[in-house]
Amino acid sequence: MSRVHISALRLLTASLVLCSCFAATTRAQTTSPSPDPVKTPEAKPADQSGENPFAPSAPPLPAGMKGSDANDPRAKLSPGIYDAGEAALGLKHIMLIKKPDAFQLGSDDADNPKVQKTLGVLGVGDSSKMPKPLQLVLAQLAFANSDLAFQGNHLFQGNFYGVSIYDIADPAKAKLVTSMVCPGGQGDVSVYKNLLFMSVEMPNGRLDCSAQGFPPDPPPAAGHDNKPAAQKDRFRGVRIFDITDIQNPKQVGAVQTCRGSHTHTLVVDPNDKNNVYIYVSGTSFVRQSEELAGCSGEAPDKDPNTALFRIDVIKVPLASPQTAQVVSSPRVFMDARTGNLAGLSNGGTHGKNGLQKPSLTDQCHDITVYSALGLAAGACSGNGILLDIKDPVNPKRIDAVNDPNYAYWHSASFSNDGKKVVFTDEWGGGLSARCRANDPNVWGANAVFNLANNKLSFASYYKLPAAQGDSENCVAHNGSLLPVPGRDIKVQAWYQGGISLMDFTDAAHPVEIAYFDRGPVDPKMLVLGGDWSAYWYNGHIYASEIARGLDIFELTPTQHLTQNEIDAAKTIRVAQLNVQNQEKIEWPRQLVVAKAYVDQLERSQALPADQIASLRQAIQKAESSRLNQSDRGKLKSLAPSLEKSAGQTKSAADSARLQALADILKQPTL
Amino acid sequence: MLDQSTPMQSFTFSAVLKLRSVIRAAAPRSVLMSVGALACFLSPPVCAQQADPKSPPSVVQPGAPGQPTRALPSSTRATLPPRSPKDVEFMQGMIMHHAQAVEMTALIESHTKNKELRLLGARISASQSDEMKLMKRWLETRGEPVSPPMPGMDMPGHDMSSHDMSSHHMLMPGMLTPKQMDALRKAKGAEFDRLFLTGMIQHHDGALIMVKDLFDTAGAGQDAELFNFTTDVDSGQRAEIRIMQTMLGEKPVEEKR
Repeated sequence: MSRVHISALRLLTASLVLCSCFAATTRAQTTSPSPDPVKTPEAKPADQSGENPFAPSAPPLPAGMKGSDANDPRAKLSPGIYDAGEAALGLKHIMLIKKPDAFQLGSDDADNPKVQKTLGVLGVGDSSKMPKPLQLVLAQLAFANSDLAFQGNHLFQGNFYGVSIYDIADPAKAKLVTSMVCPGGQGDVSVYKNLLFMSVEMPNGRLDCSAQGFPPDPPPAAGHDNKPAAQKDRFRGVRIFDITDIQNPKQVGAVQTCRGSHTHTLVVDPNDKNNVYIYVSGTSFVRQSEELAGCSGEAPDKDPNTALFRIDVIKVPLASPQTAQVVSSPRVFMDARTGNLAGLSNGGTHGKNGLQKPSLTDQCHDITVYSALGLAAGACSGNGILLDIKDPVNPKRIDAVNDPNYAYWHSASFSNDGKKVVFTDEWGGGLSARCRANDPNVWGANAVFNLANNKLSFASYYKLPAAQGDSENCVAHNGSLLPVPGRDIKVQAWYQGGISLMDFTDAAHPVEIAYFDRGPVDPKMLVLGGDWSAYWYNGHIYASEIARGLDIFELTPTQHLTQNEIDAAKTIRVAQLNVQNQEKIEWPRQLVVAKAYVDQLERSQALPADQIASLRQAIQKAESSRLNQSDRGKLKSLAPSLEKSAGQTKSAADSARLQALADILKQPTL
Repeated sequence: MLDQSTPMQSFTFSAVLKLRSVIRAAAPRSVLMSVGALACFLSPPVCAQQADPKSPPSVVQPGAPGQPTRALPSSTRATLPPRSPKDVEFMQGMIMHHAQAVEMTALIESHTKNKELRLLGARISASQSDEMKLMKRWLETRGEPVSPPMPGMDMPGHDMSSHDMSSHHMLMPGMLTPKQMDALRKAKGAEFDRLFLTGMIQHHDGALIMVKDLFDTAGAGQDAELFNFTTDVDSGQRAEIRIMQTMLGEKPVEEKR
């Protein structure tokens, strides 16, 4: 964003509360061409380096790299927390449900005595000197919304402070059912039958869900270090709630782990009906053994039982979830030949001589399991890995990749046919603006890999095409598949970059087909916000907005996605959705699915126009007659020619569509 | 409470299994994905029940495992965990620490043509400049000074003995001494590359020490933004250390935290 442009925005939005009184930060973060001199002593170290850390501009684009498009309509949206400018293509915003009161500090009114009191408790001295919007910003950071899970008519939205449960029976009238207070961050959630699982990793987590955290110990006596006392009431790990009474969840289990749980993945073993498993990805510090026996943060050569270089597997007996416990800690980074726990090779891509250098990936950030294939894809800080999980307690690494442009392997998802894996790179951890016009479009991007014979091979990058502003935290984040038959489409959150739908049917050339975006929460200061995750669930897209609440969307047809394709996606209804526990989608042999394939074959020009027309006519007639005998016969007669074309076309995607269409026409349902 | 509910759960669970097999037998393939849903709707005790549509949202706080859940008043608002003085000290120190990394990367343009190093430098510069803004914002919104009290503040818990303290009033762990910075400024080409990489590895190692030190302090790191930020600094700088060690042709050393 240009400086002039931001100034113009500020004029436009001068009446907004958020713009009205930023005296302190305006001085520091001014974007006007003639900033006031920075007088504060704190700027000194930066001045010495010749770089003003408050300057809005990103470092220049490295030579040979491309950035995102600064002329996209999304690059220039007006700011605001609840009244920001919006841009959309193919997505209709149905509603925003603001974050529940229980997850907000005080009221929206910064003059409210409660806010003032809390700021006082925080030690923010004379809060009257602080701009009011700033007070609210500070107050809201600890209550960020995080990931989503779904079951039946309920949506579970994680939050650093607990879980919100919504009734989405009618998405246009979705409403809050329960605010469950239980702090500890980041509140990653999964749901299975009557059980809700929740990740806790921060040191303020308490076993009993209370919010007071732990007080700093008094300063140590001279010569003694201020090592934290072991806290038996601290909780870092995975909580288990019984949600039989949806308005009154009960904590039934709490499994402590050494590094806590940054994310977790529900694993349902098709061969085990009595238990489910939880893969725990811990990315934080290892706690002391005085607090949790057996925890060690030593290097593997010093302590073979180190809590680094592993994931943890929790077994949850469905009939007695209170007995859930860690049953294995697979060494998924081990070198199988040498037994070195830190054995994951980085592939040598950075090596001058192409030498294989051992790298030190010691954690997974997130794991997606696809039990129907017996596989899992792990996004594990320095590497993407592929695991065989046919024995879910003992996953085995079968492939690993790295990438010179990847800073932090964050998440993974399979295509429905299991022939591709999309990884994401959370460069900057989600807290920074990384989608600016001068941020390379291969950093902080998706990477699409082909998967064949249990080997991953890189195909392409995809990054949000629209440039975002300096005050918008933005990088690739969580998404799910959109179940359009015949295509691989991922709906994905990019924090304040909004939502983008990526078609990666052609792994080498992923393209954007729909989007939604809002302007920044604040025009000048990066206030953490935007979409943590955006998932398709039974006909709608739900997005967890970190600062604002819960957004609900529906798809609208465009040239990139037809109404038939949308309707075909809506034929897929699932009982529950935990996105990292990927389930195989099988489309019904309904005529609406056939119509979606016909639209795709027209778009790709795989069939001549007259054949498309006669297919449409026959399907239309069969729909009108509710599939009478003669129309069935007509449809069936069209199949052989399609099968023949399927065998001749060069495009694998079109071949699959032709075959699937023929299969439906041979035996259609309404 | 659990003791009472467990037999009930086992009973209804087996009922669901039976029900499921009945549905499967009757269902066409396309409906199989919905079987779980039907099981939920037909057998409420195993899945979450619908709330009464007229009842207001509940605000609850679970107890420890096995303990009852408390109902909270609808007026309940969130509170923050305490902030430790160490949190503030960490952020102030890390700003200085990052400033030197940016200063080092600024030399790349005029000191080397190594393309790989220039790319790495661009990324480090982008990351650390952004992070400095974040840290300043964090301190400002909490009414804290962006610089620590000067001068000659002692740093309890830090082993500063390995640093040249004679000509610089304060160096955070891993920061290059003025002598090291001078050597870097004077070097060109391959020698610059080597000094830059070894220097930046030393510098990043220092950041890891600072993060470890933070979490080894009672009551520190409970602020959500600070926690997330430090976790990201830790993983990001470890990744960059790996890249730099490989660029140097070194075998990375095993880590500890």
